[in-house]
Amino acid sequence: MNTSNIQYIRTSMIDQAPPPRSESSVAGWIRKNLVATPKDVALTILALLVIFAIVPGALNWLFIQASWFGPDRTVCTTAAQGGIQPDGWSGACWAFVQDRFSQFIFGRYPLVERWRPMLVGLMMVALLIPLLIPKAPRKGLNALLLFVIFPIVAFFLLHGGVFGLRVVETPLWGGLMVTLILSFVGIAVSLPLGILLALGRRSEMPVVKILCVTFIEVVRGVPLITVLFMANVMLPLFLPTGWTFDNFLRALIGVALFASAYMAEVIRGGLQAIPKGQFEGADSLGLSYWQKIRLIILPQAIKLVIPGIVNTFIGLFKDTSLVSIIGMFDLLGIVRLNFTDTTWITPVTPITGLIFAGFIFWIFCFGMSRYSAFMERHLDTGLKR
Amino acid sequence: MKKTLLSATIGAAILGLGSSASAATLDDVKAKGFVQCGVNTGLAGFSAPDAAGEWTGFDVDYCKAVAAAVFGDATKVKYSPTTAQSRFTALQSGEVDLLARNTTWTINRDTALGFNFRTVNYYDGQGFMVPKSLNVKSALELSGAAVCVQSGTTTELNLADYFKGNNLQYNPVVFEKLEEVNAAYQAGRCDVYTTDQSGLYSIRLSLPAPDDHMILPEIISKEPLGPAVRQGDDQWFDIVSWTQYAMVQAEEFGITQANVDEMKNSENPDIRRFLGTEVDSKIGTDLGLTNDWAYNIVKGVGNYGEVFERNIGASTPLKIERGLNALWTKGGLQYAPPVR
Repeated sequence: MNTSNIQYIRTSMIDQAPPPRSESSVAGWIRKNLVATPKDVALTILALLVIFAIVPGALNWLFIQASWFGPDRTVCTTAAQGGIQPDGWSGACWAFVQDRFSQFIFGRYPLVERWRPMLVGLMMVALLIPLLIPKAPRKGLNALLLFVIFPIVAFFLLHGGVFGLRVVETPLWGGLMVTLILSFVGIAVSLPLGILLALGRRSEMPVVKILCVTFIEVVRGVPLITVLFMANVMLPLFLPTGWTFDNFLRALIGVALFASAYMAEVIRGGLQAIPKGQFEGADSLGLSYWQKIRLIILPQAIKLVIPGIVNTFIGLFKDTSLVSIIGMFDLLGIVRLNFTDTTWITPVTPITGLIFAGFIFWIFCFGMSRYSAFMERHLDTGLKR
Repeated sequence: MKKTLLSATIGAAILGLGSSASAATLDDVKAKGFVQCGVNTGLAGFSAPDAAGEWTGFDVDYCKAVAAAVFGDATKVKYSPTTAQSRFTALQSGEVDLLARNTTWTINRDTALGFNFRTVNYYDGQGFMVPKSLNVKSALELSGAAVCVQSGTTTELNLADYFKGNNLQYNPVVFEKLEEVNAAYQAGRCDVYTTDQSGLYSIRLSLPAPDDHMILPEIISKEPLGPAVRQGDDQWFDIVSWTQYAMVQAEEFGITQANVDEMKNSENPDIRRFLGTEVDSKIGTDLGLTNDWAYNIVKGVGNYGEVFERNIGASTPLKIERGLNALWTKGGLQYAPPVR
């Protein structure tokens, strides 16, 4: 039989047909997702009503009515309040944020010395970004630079007192800078310390185990605000008169120890999820305890608990604003402090400032959350079926 | 465990070892080269940061005045922002040399807490704010009014006492939080808003139409706010107290920041003695300072009236009137003992 006679066999693949109109077009999408059933129609109408009730008003308040530039409260107040806006005006007072922006970032750090925190910030970005990109080379050196060398350099740069740098005491530090320092130290200390505590808690050595369990339970059992308050208000009374102990250091230690205890429990969750066979397999290969943990257990355990770890980091980042109760001004603290300046007292100043602070916090937290989602996908090598 | 933690951190991280602060604060202050001053963590007009982040305000100027008296340089101050809870510990532990933080002088703080008060730099007290449309000129006309007040404060108790004492009827509208009280007053749920008078002025600023509201002249409670120091150091106590007296006295003499240099050549022996130009005067050295201490204060921050006007007076958005804080010669309570 000659193949040329066979009419019904195709010699080439047929082009893929476009999806049906109902799947691809905007109208199709709307029909499928918004108005498929009477219930959907009702919900859609309700949602549209809510959006129309809130969004135009919010956009109008935030951007259109907003007052963008100006030296003092007059640009954000109505004529009756001693300002330049028409009666009944209400809008965001971005002029306030703009006027105080550098203070929100650096706190009361002296103006002429602000290049120092900026330099530290640049160094941090320069070291952090390659560490976050999985393909970038020399992770070990990079981590050493970021977590060992960088903090020391940053401390001397920010605090000064060496190489002719003027000393800038910690009470002058503030704003986003303090939030980031607290979070960085908290994160950099809590992960390794948390891993050690988690391992210690599962240890078979009784003393180590008891110490770790006690530490974790005590720290988790006391609110952070209590510890900060205790360190700020009670500690000076126990010290001999005239001895001081830097407020900022107290906050750093408190935040770092706190995060460690929470981190330890997150890591322990990961350790418990590792099947016993993995431990036994490592033992049977003749690996030492630390080799087993480092090469077999931790890589699997940490991958499992990335969401928990990032959750703790985000919580820590937001908890840093508690330091305002001990007279330190983090981002939120410095924004709120500026509400008391008579130059900017207006009915809209507080809400504008809080929206700004909330937005900055959101950017950082959302960034961490996105990065963790990326890492989860990147490391998703096995287990998933 | 908490104690273990604390002692471990104490041991590990003592940063500065100052010399004992209890004996002679003045010597300490001179040795370290600045006055460590406890201020509020943020109170409009009294201590707040300016655009550059520098502390400014009525209480902050008091710190500067003390620095001017000690060093002849009003900038030699470091500020410790203290909260309502941490302020007393900060002073007791020697973390700060003085507290200029709108602290009410009470017998309990003067005795049991171990502080010393002598001067009052701001006479505050509970007052009332009403809409001007109410046409009320005195709190005694408020019978039957609905009064917005924060619950659980001495304010609430003072209010009850005042209305009962004057046989007036009133209708308390009580809220837990200050913001709620503000909102209720704005919404017209009450006719009268009561809290400390200095607070009323800054609340008025955040109302949609501040000029439609007025603060009544009556003050129904005593809140003398003044600088506090630790007990047991009379010399430092004298310096801090006489700083206030010098500012008041300067206002009485008509000496201002601008004319203080001219005034040095004044023929008036009182003024010459005050500014330290009299030859055999020992007033300053007796205080442990230099003889031009009062000159330095006025040169550094101005007289009491100037400080008041600059931070909270009629030219500022707060527009607080002098009232009780006027000089005694003008019907107020600000009075300074003679400098001689």
